[in-house]
Amino acid sequence: MANANDRSSNIPDNTPEQHGHAEGQGHDAQGKPPGETPDLRAGVLKYLAGLGGSIILTLASFWAAGTDQVWGPGIPVLLAALAIAQMGVHLVFFLHISSGPENTNNILALAFGVFVVALVVFGSMIIMANLNSHMLPMDKLLQMQR
Amino acid sequence: MTDAQISQMTPEGSEIPISERGPAPTRVVVSYGFWLFILSDIILFAALFAAYAVLSGQTAGGPSGHQLFDRGHVLIETACLLLSSFTCGMFSLAIDQRSARYTYVFGAITFALGLGFIGLELSEFTEMIAHGNGPQRSAFLSAFFALVGMHGTHVTLGLAWLLGMLAQVATLGFTPRVVGRLRCFSLFWHALDVVWIGVFTIVYLGAH
Repeated sequence: MANANDRSSNIPDNTPEQHGHAEGQGHDAQGKPPGETPDLRAGVLKYLAGLGGSIILTLASFWAAGTDQVWGPGIPVLLAALAIAQMGVHLVFFLHISSGPENTNNILALAFGVFVVALVVFGSMIIMANLNSHMLPMDKLLQMQR
Repeated sequence: MTDAQISQMTPEGSEIPISERGPAPTRVVVSYGFWLFILSDIILFAALFAAYAVLSGQTAGGPSGHQLFDRGHVLIETACLLLSSFTCGMFSLAIDQRSARYTYVFGAITFALGLGFIGLELSEFTEMIAHGNGPQRSAFLSAFFALVGMHGTHVTLGLAWLLGMLAQVATLGFTPRVVGRLRCFSLFWHALDVVWIGVFTIVYLGAH
């Protein structure tokens, strides 16, 4: 790591001033010019918020899967809701999908992706369940072959 | 008001029509292209999820998911991947600050957590195969190994990519091209974590 650090100081665009920012980087935003601080601080806080939300939702999922305090048939619905909520948290806090003007295309693409995923998954499940219910039971099939 | 909104305004303050704004900055276009790749990758996963959902009950007399999976093990795997997603976020913040030192530190932590995840997954796979529950045992296990193995393959490729990017930071420095690649890498890594949410919910917690 020390070697790599020495190296980086040879890189032209990594000025000593920028290196100074790095030293103070962390949760306490000390020794940085005021213009730099809010950006980094807001960034760290955003990732921390995402991590916190994600940990809570993950633990809730694992709790919901093993509990008997929730009505049994409701558990899959609860798990699905928790998973979708956690995906939302990841999209907003980690992947930075927002409603900003630069993000319009990303959101449209995401909507189309979700649409295709839903078609593939639920379409397959419905078609296969339907075919399955129209299958002859195996013993009857064997009887017919005699 | 953000920079992006300001750039869409004429000096008189009215909004510039889309047709006259010119091409979007490279950063936005590259992120969009990579986002399309990620979505197509997620559609690939959707096909494997569909196969798993259809076949999860077809155990052919073999063990079911409920008998095979250890939830404590999966919780540790999930924690590894989630924390690595967080440190990957710190990694991209370090890159935005052009801080080589923190880029290496958080890159290394992200790599270690990802490697831990792969190690746990491989130990689970080898134990299942050693007990005769490999992919050829039943349709359920074929679908399981295809889906979870595909995710593991993506994480492994992501680890190789991360090593390559750290080497590029060391040799080329934070050139615009390297920074663009690093941004794509962090998108990829976060997307893998989103897919894992689906995997642990449907495969491990939904096992019956």
